[in-house]
Amino acid sequence: MLGYIVRRLLATIPVMGIVALTVFSLLYLAPGDPAAIIAGDQATVAEIAKIRASLGLDQPYLVRFGHWLWQVVHGNLGTSVFTGQPVSAMIAERLEPTLALMIFTMLIAITVAVPLGVIAAWKHGSWIDRAIMVFAVLGFSVPVFVIAYLLAYVFGLVFRILPVQGFEPLSRGFWPFLRGLILPSLALGAIYVALLARITRAAMLEVLAQDYVRTARAKGVGQRGVLFVHALKNAANPVVTVAGLGVALLIGGTVVTETVFAIPGLGTLTVNAILERDYPVIQGVVLLFSFAYVLVNLIVDLLYSFFDPRIRL
Amino acid sequence: MSEISLPEEAAALPEILPPPAARGRVAGFVLRHPGIAIGGGLIGVMAFLAIAAPWLGTVDPQALDPANMLISPSAGHWFGTDMLGRDIYSRVLYGARVSLVVGFAVAALASVGGMAIGLVSGFIRALDPVLMRIMDGVMAIPAILLAIALMALTQGSVGNVIIAITVSQVPQVARLVRGMVLSLREQPFVEAAIAAGTRTPRLIWRHIVPNTLAPVIVQATYVCASAMIIEAILDFIGAGTPPVVPSWGNIMAEGRALWQVKPFIVFFPAFFLSVTVLAVNLLGDGLRDALDPRLGTRQ
Repeated sequence: MLGYIVRRLLATIPVMGIVALTVFSLLYLAPGDPAAIIAGDQATVAEIAKIRASLGLDQPYLVRFGHWLWQVVHGNLGTSVFTGQPVSAMIAERLEPTLALMIFTMLIAITVAVPLGVIAAWKHGSWIDRAIMVFAVLGFSVPVFVIAYLLAYVFGLVFRILPVQGFEPLSRGFWPFLRGLILPSLALGAIYVALLARITRAAMLEVLAQDYVRTARAKGVGQRGVLFVHALKNAANPVVTVAGLGVALLIGGTVVTETVFAIPGLGTLTVNAILERDYPVIQGVVLLFSFAYVLVNLIVDLLYSFFDPRIRL
Repeated sequence: MSEISLPEEAAALPEILPPPAARGRVAGFVLRHPGIAIGGGLIGVMAFLAIAAPWLGTVDPQALDPANMLISPSAGHWFGTDMLGRDIYSRVLYGARVSLVVGFAVAALASVGGMAIGLVSGFIRALDPVLMRIMDGVMAIPAILLAIALMALTQGSVGNVIIAITVSQVPQVARLVRGMVLSLREQPFVEAAIAAGTRTPRLIWRHIVPNTLAPVIVQATYVCASAMIIEAILDFIGAGTPPVVPSWGNIMAEGRALWQVKPFIVFFPAFFLSVTVLAVNLLGDGLRDALDPRLGTRQ
């Protein structure tokens, strides 16, 4: 087990290296000369050259990459071109809404999608199955901002029961915090529900055709016991894998969802940074999200042996 | 006496299952592949609207008319006008061009690029670990973020949007093709071809590539659907094509500030985008079922 964890951790190093190199190249290739910006309008060519040397900008690509990586692993993501604040501080400030939104969305999505997939597989071929699968195709096809506006229009403007913008931090009470998250989570979660319901159904169909399921039925295990004890646990691995990969959809979707609902999280930070061409901020956010994504999928790999003890780690 | 009734029951069979030739060709196809028929049909309608946009009662989609801004849908302006007085019906119809061009171009480029990388990775084993680690690294950056980051480097234009989205979609196709190449190489017919002295380029072209096409086509439809959504998102957050370009994402971005009072600005492009992506997804699912039920993953 420990050996597997170590091997798996080592395997993420080249991946993170490529991610870091890609993100660094982004800043390296970005138009504009940071030294000229710092020096101001009055600076002479010699002064700019001096600043460039002091920042290490005259060094070769790989040397600069090494310096940058050294800073990053020490938590220094540079400073915003626009506000002059450290990027890590800006990210820390806006972490709570995004984290809350993503965790809440995953919780809702998994509680909705897995039972839907199980029912679809159980009633395979019936109208319930077909309805759930139509819903899944719709979830894939209707873009997140369309669902977001639809929900905001119906629940925020027509019925006026839920807030359509802003975010209340947890420190101001649990209920206001939760109320603000409901609509954004539903919008963000639609595609995730579709993805998980589909894979749950497919995995369940495969498992329900196995001999041990027939044995369980033959010895008199009830429908619920067969579905949730014998089948679901054995169908868990593909579902968990896709749940991990689907986090990429959530990360992309959160950028849009936060914009629609005016939530001051990492998504709106990204959008503002793009409009202001604030490269260090863009770089920091992309790096953080990618790192989180790799980490989630690492955890998924480690969950395999929990759901299927036959897989020796 | 039970023997006597048998021929009668056998004779009744054709009534239950008429031979395919007995049905109309078109009706038979629609019944057997509803996804392909409906999806393909809707894409056809969208393509027609996009191509025929100038002759469908549209005006210049970029023409400003400050005297007629924010008109609700009416006889003069079927979908209303935006805050600069531009006709939304015209912009939505011309917007179909942007979405379809981006969707199809990314699907084609990502398929070709992914196939090239997958074939190289599957045949030149020394390059495989390097190429696959690079693909893993690119896949570790969520597609929308990678496209956003790439767009931040360049000017907003349809061409740059296509390139940025393609980069984010190539790794999935490459991984799919590589996996198929590795398993195809172990197949008896490939071994037979090698034993018969087939040279590698011909082996790849005649024996490997044709066998990877079906899953790649299915994957390409999913890439097309993702590309259309990512394109609209890029425009929506201001990282895509310049705002004057009539694209569905841009129209929605313009309606963003006013959606609580003038929801129709967002509604029409949102509806067209959703229907188009739905059509592409239906086509993809239909093709997957028709070509090979076990291949083609979506992400």
